[in-house]
Amino acid sequence: MEGVQPEGVGDKYSLIVPTYNERLNIALLVYLVFKHLRDVDFEIIIVDDGSPDGTQDVVKQLQQVYGDDRILLRARPRKLGLGTAYAHGLKHASGNFVVIMDADLSHHPKYLPSFIKKQQETGASIVTGTRYVKGGGVHGWTLMRKLTSRGANVLAQTFLWPGVSDLTGSFRLYRKSVLEDLISSCVSKGYVFQMEMIVRASRKGYHIEESIWKFKAWGI
Amino acid sequence: MKHIVKIITFLVAISAMWIGLLEMSVVPRSQTWLLPIYFIVSLGCYGLLMVGIGLMQFPTCPQEAVLLQQDVVEAKDFLKQRGVDVGSE
Repeated sequence: MEGVQPEGVGDKYSLIVPTYNERLNIALLVYLVFKHLRDVDFEIIIVDDGSPDGTQDVVKQLQQVYGDDRILLRARPRKLGLGTAYAHGLKHASGNFVVIMDADLSHHPKYLPSFIKKQQETGASIVTGTRYVKGGGVHGWTLMRKLTSRGANVLAQTFLWPGVSDLTGSFRLYRKSVLEDLISSCVSKGYVFQMEMIVRASRKGYHIEESIWKFKAWGI
Repeated sequence: MKHIVKIITFLVAISAMWIGLLEMSVVPRSQTWLLPIYFIVSLGCYGLLMVGIGLMQFPTCPQEAVLLQQDVVEAKDFLKQRGVDVGSE
């Protein structure tokens, strides 16, 4: 059942960032989050899978700058997979909304305010980013990548009628209870997992809204 | 209604229409037998068309690369001053 509390009052946002060898990117990401979410109550939960490049040391330095109440390091001993990283981060999340972000800046924090605003305006349980609507976009994709992305979307639209325009992008804001429900219901792994989550959410009747973003991964 | 039920209902409905056409002989029989093949081929063409259109209209944003570079420079400056190690890997 969807929540009926008034939106915007006392909302806290937990940003979960799984990392592996992202010592530079995580610092950039944290800086940009603090830059774009000035008047927002949030925490960043970094789930690092024992990176050998010193990612966790950089995170500790960031905690000195920004406070360890805003930056939580919840590491794991070795690479244990993305799906379990989300679940692990979720366990430590104290917010009522969750955003799962990639560390490589493809999920640029500058879109977070518009996602949050969309959710507050509509009371949605999920705000899913779309790159395929006017105003969105991608940069740095080869023709092959565009082809597979378009092909996957057309197939999925024809057979699954998901109700969203971008199934494969994974930049989404979830109400925490909804994300917990979806993670426990999904069975696939990797790339397909993101698609499965949004299709299941659509089937379960959750209120889903879209918000545009532009994809540009750092380093490509 | 569950999604798979909707899909099966649709398939049953068009199968019923196809059998109906076979029985009624309004359309020549030889043509009617081929209708399912026409349907599948049309579906394939439609899919390819949608992929092609989507590819042509694929929104791109080259200016994002520039903006990202600026963000990186700004971030590195700020963090370096505060003791965060941002040397390249």
